[in-house]
Amino acid sequence: MSSRDTPLLAQSASDGHVLRIVRVLLPVAVLGAGIAAWELVVRVNQIPPYVLPGPMAVFHTLVDDWGVLWQSLLTTLLTTLEGFAAAAIGGITLALLFSQSKWLEYSLFPYAVILQVTPVIAIAPLLLIYLPQHTAVVVCAWIVAFFPVLSNTTLGLNSVDRNLAGLFRLYGASRLQTLRLLNFPSALPFILGGLRIAGGLSLIGAVVAEIAAGSAGAGSGLAFRIAESGYRLNIPRMFAALLLLSAAGIVIYGLLALTSHLVLRRWHESALGKEN
Amino acid sequence: MAAVTEQRSEADEPAVSLRGLAKVYDRGVAALGPIDLEVRKGEFISLLGPSGCGKSTALRLIAGLNQPSAGTVRVSHPPVEVGGRHPVGFVFQEPTLMPWASVRDNVRLPLRLARVSELHADRRIDAALAQIGLADFAEAYPQELSGGMKMRVSLARALVTDPDILLMDEPFAALDEITRFRLNNDLLALWRNLRKTVIFVTHSVFESVYLSQRVIVMTSRPGRIAAEIMISTAEPRAEDFRTSAEYAAYCRKVSAALLPSYPGQAGP
Repeated sequence: MSSRDTPLLAQSASDGHVLRIVRVLLPVAVLGAGIAAWELVVRVNQIPPYVLPGPMAVFHTLVDDWGVLWQSLLTTLLTTLEGFAAAAIGGITLALLFSQSKWLEYSLFPYAVILQVTPVIAIAPLLLIYLPQHTAVVVCAWIVAFFPVLSNTTLGLNSVDRNLAGLFRLYGASRLQTLRLLNFPSALPFILGGLRIAGGLSLIGAVVAEIAAGSAGAGSGLAFRIAESGYRLNIPRMFAALLLLSAAGIVIYGLLALTSHLVLRRWHESALGKEN
Repeated sequence: MAAVTEQRSEADEPAVSLRGLAKVYDRGVAALGPIDLEVRKGEFISLLGPSGCGKSTALRLIAGLNQPSAGTVRVSHPPVEVGGRHPVGFVFQEPTLMPWASVRDNVRLPLRLARVSELHADRRIDAALAQIGLADFAEAYPQELSGGMKMRVSLARALVTDPDILLMDEPFAALDEITRFRLNNDLLALWRNLRKTVIFVTHSVFESVYLSQRVIVMTSRPGRIAAEIMISTAEPRAEDFRTSAEYAAYCRKVSAALLPSYPGQAGP
């Protein structure tokens, strides 16, 4: 038995290995080809950098302007983090309150939807009038990011196994025990899914608000750098700032996906290997 | 108020007594009864009937998970002295485990809800797991267990509160035959040793005859009692009962009583 099975297993394992390498290599190859083509087009047509800088020029700008860009990156990341934390705490708390009181849910949920469907770019200028600039930017990040947390948490809290809920009633569980030991863990995969969406959205919210704010100074974020560089026709710096924003988004998503995986790996379908 | 659940105990009082018990759901669907039934202390009875005959409803009413539309449920048990003791244990058709908790923590649930101290709880959990043959799997997660083992965890969780009455809602229906036979035998052994009152809901004629002392055959919607058949055979029962002529005769008798419950089919 085993003498026949082993080479078969080894075969399929190495197949899986090759597939994984290909899945990493292919996008990298596409990226390399894209960058090479971009550089080639710029050089062959002798396009000036204030129209379209080549990737080498962008890279040089990234290194030369690192001091300015790094400061801006930190500013934007801080705003994003504050907006994300507010969205996470606000969204989860609101969903927990809704699950405990239908009255509260009926009263407030429509407004959560209105806040979500009104484009944040249209709200940002108003917020900037009434709030200090930094607060306004954080509030924008919060508005964009909190709804997925709220709606996912609500969905999760409503997806409790009916029989398990019956069992909690049978054994006389208090409301708080049911919430803590049943509803919250049942909702956890949904909450983590909501947070994963909220991470990227709070970055978008922060960027939109920064562009709307458009103020100069030491505390200016990456989005402001992009706008500013646009006015000054410093196109390579626009690209460099965009690159950093994009990288920040990828890292935020990766960290949240990793957190979700680590929390759920022992029990939830989404985090278990296919062989289970 | 139609629904009364009294809890008192006298020597020869029935463990469970149902009087004119009926359930009509909100949409006006009459699911159950009215039925009258008395279950003796330590008795093993089966409620047998086609799908949707209200047998699960009856079980949920006895457990207090739903409220009856009419009639009374009376569950009698000695007064509870020890913390974490609960008079009723319930086993669902699905294992109904918390996937985020280990086997040990799943079994701990009823004790945790009753705020039993950790130390005291651990001893009882170990005893319940040993009873059900899961001592080596205490730290495993439900995902890592087979269907039969998950059902054992569910049974251990029901037993950890040392209940007087065990309510089981088609617990083995989703298992393969060999696993089901094995769990049938283990359940019988537990019942013999622990002397619990067991009310077992099933749609399997064979399972009801093999396990119970009395089979209650129910009609289809609304569920009423069509027949009561005593299974009086030599105890303890073992695997050879399954192949005996006596067993076959009982199965024939119960099947005949069950047949009119299926619409569109004439009696024998």
